[in-house]
Amino acid sequence: MSGRAREVLVAVATGAAAAGSVGFMVALVLHEDIHWQGAALVLAFAGFMLAAIGWARFILPREQVEEERTAGVPSTDASHDALLGVVRQANHDTPNAHHDNIAARDIERGAQQLNRKKWLGRMMIAAVGLFGLAALFPISSLGPEPDDTLFHTKWRRGSRLQRLDGTFVKQSDLNVGAMETVFPEGNLDDAQSVAMILRMPDGVGRDALNGYIAYSKVCTHAGCPVALYRAADHKLVCPCHQSVFDAANDAAVLSGPADHALPRLPLQIGDDGYVRADGDFPEPVGPGFWEHA
Amino acid sequence: MIARLLDWTDERLGSSHFIHKALRKAFPDHWSFMLGEINFYCFLVLIATGTFLALWYVPSTNEIVYNGPYALLRGVKMSEAFESVMRISFQVNAGLLIRQIHHWAANVFLAAIVVHMCRIFFTGSFRKPRDINWVVGVLLFFTAMFEGFSGYSIPDDLLSGMGLRIAVSILQSVPFVGTYAMFWLLGGAFPSTLMLQRLFTLHVYIMPILLLGGISVHMMILWRQKHAQFPGPRHTERNVVGSPLFPNYIVKTLALLFGVLGVLTMLGAFVQINPVWIWGPYRSDLAITPAQPDWYVGWLEGALRIGPHWAIHMFGHMVPSVFWPGLVLPFIIMVVLVSYPFVEAFVTGDRAEHNLLDRPREKPARTALGVAFFVFMAGLFLAGADDLEARYTNLPLEGLVWFYRLFCIFGPMLAFAVTYALAGGLKARGGVHEAPRVRLTRKAEGGFSEDEIP
Repeated sequence: MSGRAREVLVAVATGAAAAGSVGFMVALVLHEDIHWQGAALVLAFAGFMLAAIGWARFILPREQVEEERTAGVPSTDASHDALLGVVRQANHDTPNAHHDNIAARDIERGAQQLNRKKWLGRMMIAAVGLFGLAALFPISSLGPEPDDTLFHTKWRRGSRLQRLDGTFVKQSDLNVGAMETVFPEGNLDDAQSVAMILRMPDGVGRDALNGYIAYSKVCTHAGCPVALYRAADHKLVCPCHQSVFDAANDAAVLSGPADHALPRLPLQIGDDGYVRADGDFPEPVGPGFWEHA
Repeated sequence: MIARLLDWTDERLGSSHFIHKALRKAFPDHWSFMLGEINFYCFLVLIATGTFLALWYVPSTNEIVYNGPYALLRGVKMSEAFESVMRISFQVNAGLLIRQIHHWAANVFLAAIVVHMCRIFFTGSFRKPRDINWVVGVLLFFTAMFEGFSGYSIPDDLLSGMGLRIAVSILQSVPFVGTYAMFWLLGGAFPSTLMLQRLFTLHVYIMPILLLGGISVHMMILWRQKHAQFPGPRHTERNVVGSPLFPNYIVKTLALLFGVLGVLTMLGAFVQINPVWIWGPYRSDLAITPAQPDWYVGWLEGALRIGPHWAIHMFGHMVPSVFWPGLVLPFIIMVVLVSYPFVEAFVTGDRAEHNLLDRPREKPARTALGVAFFVFMAGLFLAGADDLEARYTNLPLEGLVWFYRLFCIFGPMLAFAVTYALAGGLKARGGVHEAPRVRLTRKAEGGFSEDEIP
């Protein structure tokens, strides 16, 4: 077999490795079945294996080294010194920055031997890069698609506001200055949906419905529950990092590390006296994230 | 670039001398020296795929009702653990592929260890100075076996639950402490609510750390002692000849790595293994038949089947019969394996250092002992499937049990005699070809003359 033919064989194997890597990525993205995913991966591995065999047989020069044995010989002072030599050298015999580094010589010589055919070397680097990328793809199997999960809560138009004890908030329930924690009807404990309803004094709070305003209870800074309400000046305080929101002004940030207001839950009050949501929060609740506009 | 990086580390660690020696380390060219590397690469595959599975697996015995895509089990009560394995198999993208590669890698891992041990045993590689590494290797083998079994137990399918029930019964049979040991291991009586949590911790944390530590020690000893080698030109007891680690051997072993990856992936993708949805979830009132464990536990299964029903009752206490085949036998086997190098050195009086390997025929007694041991283990292994053999051959099961009992006693004796005779014969025929040493002289008038050197 001519040298050229051998090089082409190695190249074909490397190409197969690259093709297998790409195939695996495609098969994962398309959720192909186990056989296609496996076949692509087998192609990649087989390609790398054959390429490595080709490299060992065709590209690298044959070389034999001979080493003397030292293990098994009882430790003498000399061999003990040799063992400790590494430490000694590090402590006392610090070499100059540009001395002749024997290890560097080995690596450079070996790299030259490996890279005798530059185009094959470049091709292999590309194939390894593709395979490295493919090896990361199974990470995508670790969880479902986020879709628009973070943009929605369990609040619907007409949901009543349910307390943890199971009762519902009626218009007549709250005194001015009161705050209660509520969940959408039938979704007690839903961490995304948790909200608080406040009864404001007359004339305080934009668009308050008979004095009622509701906000998401999930702090927009780091997700703690905004648990403190100071009725005197209508301030909502997050106990974790002391972000302060103005309950009278759409929960705008007054101070602290939070970077945007608490989302406001639209409300309606029916003829039966129950306070109800007038739809979901208009924006995602809780801390920010990449897709958050 | 590389030179400056190496200078940088050298100034801090004095590492260049070590790196130089490492890069030029001699690796003998005989293929059988790569068998151990197959183990190592299987171990790497097990860690990689196992990490993926651990991110999905739920070690919980909580019962829930299945409502997933596999129609035949919908509405069936199962543990959350089993449900998570079903999810991995049917809902996670590439989940079944990775799970099957993991299971296959475990089986190949143990098989490759056995083949590797055979090479070490039959070539006498375990002799001084490598006796120390043989001991580490044998302990690694048993650790790997337990690691495999703990992994086999945690999907909580019917087969694994049966296996676990048996294993627990063996543990419970230990005199004095067995009952406590079982309660400590499982956090209660079988089937405890904590048992999957305990086995999972063993499987992904405790055992892998033991394996990793053992493998590190194994390789450090190998590195320090350098490889043994077969006799050959320029090969002596005082040297080792082979390809340099870099670049030649690195490329070779990478080829092997990808070969192992390829074979395991092919098995995982195309050869179904442990389809837990067919077995169904574990229920203490059900057993499936035929039921065989993974192959490396087969000999233990066989030992339990043909073991004697000797229970000891004394002083108001009991030693149940599973104690003998379940614990005493494996313990004896481990002791025999660990101590073999030292026993052989004691019997032969050979306490010298050996770096040149034997061909199996050169040591008929050792080779015959090895084959006898294998026949013994094969007898146990085959006895582990005696129900299937009885079904397919229409022989009575009772008869097969007695056959294997006798086979395990007389089979090894026969194997020893036959192997000893064969190896001895081959040795006598001068199996080892040694060319006469000659001095070759070129004559002034052309041509050569040979003078034999005594």
